[in-house]
Amino acid sequence: MTATPDSDDILSTAAAWVAQGEQVAIATVTETWGSSPRPAGSQLAVTKSGRMAGSVSGGCIEGAVAEIAMKTIETGTPQLMDFGITDERAWEVGLACGGKLKVFVEKLS
Amino acid sequence: MTPETLKALTEARAAKRPIVVATKLPSGEQLLLPDASAPAELAAAATRALDRDESGTQVIGNETWFLHAYNPPLRLIIVGAVHIAQALVPMAAHLGLAVVVVDPRRSFATEERFPNVTVSSEWPDDAMDELKPDVRTAIVTLTHDPKLDDPALDRALKSPAFYIGALGSRRTHARRVARLKELGHTDEAIARIKGPVGLDLGAITAPEIAVSILAEFVAARRNGALAPKPAEKQAA
Repeated sequence: MTATPDSDDILSTAAAWVAQGEQVAIATVTETWGSSPRPAGSQLAVTKSGRMAGSVSGGCIEGAVAEIAMKTIETGTPQLMDFGITDERAWEVGLACGGKLKVFVEKLS
Repeated sequence: MTPETLKALTEARAAKRPIVVATKLPSGEQLLLPDASAPAELAAAATRALDRDESGTQVIGNETWFLHAYNPPLRLIIVGAVHIAQALVPMAAHLGLAVVVVDPRRSFATEERFPNVTVSSEWPDDAMDELKPDVRTAIVTLTHDPKLDDPALDRALKSPAFYIGALGSRRTHARRVARLKELGHTDEAIARIKGPVGLDLGAITAPEIAVSILAEFVAARRNGALAPKPAEKQAA
């Protein structure tokens, strides 16, 4: 049995990608309201080449977050994003659970 | 996140040191805690985040901080390198647990039966004294043999382990309770032991029993509706 110290360990995956020469951004749930499926601290790692690991919402907003991550990889500027049913952007990407969440996206340099 | 921060974080986690990444929002400025030079209020908030094992956003002074708590993995000590343990070990690893198997019987605790798992061949009480179960440790005894299970449970009850389970039928467990009382443990203390271990799923096979044990473990950890309450166990 290979030791998996933490099955939710996205940061280690991201660090390994950086070591392989990938450009990586990490998105982290910083705050949730209502019935968000993933708690604060949940992470999604995205590479410029299109690899993804982890999740911030269980599938609802990963596509949108990955796009923001691409921008963050290019600009190097961190972003704090709001997603929720009151937010038009989130409506477009369909946060069907009715929850709200904040996601912080940063480049892993 | 800077390479320096990532390196320090990775090192702390490899050394199983609890650590918090504090990120100022929205600027993204980061520091790692504990750090003697950190502001007192932020340091206290980081300590609370680790104690509760909960990450979250907090307003400190006029600043907003996201505190990401990284605790070392929960530990699962399995006493008895038996068939059920062989099913339990890989499932527990998938849950992110650091697993140790204790069994002084060398024919059971072999590398072939338990590849890449930390195995202790010490007698269970000696192994427990070495492993020092803490509030982030779960202990499950699977041997059915009082010579092995009892010393492990005795040490488990003297520890702050958050989950203690013992395999065996209700009758076996009643006899076990009597023996533990003779060792000086009170009813209240003994009620910490989930016995028979696991949620009542009607499990038959080793993997099914492993699922029932881990289901109960998760319920205990998350304080779910199915988490057994000590009072109910006493009444049962």
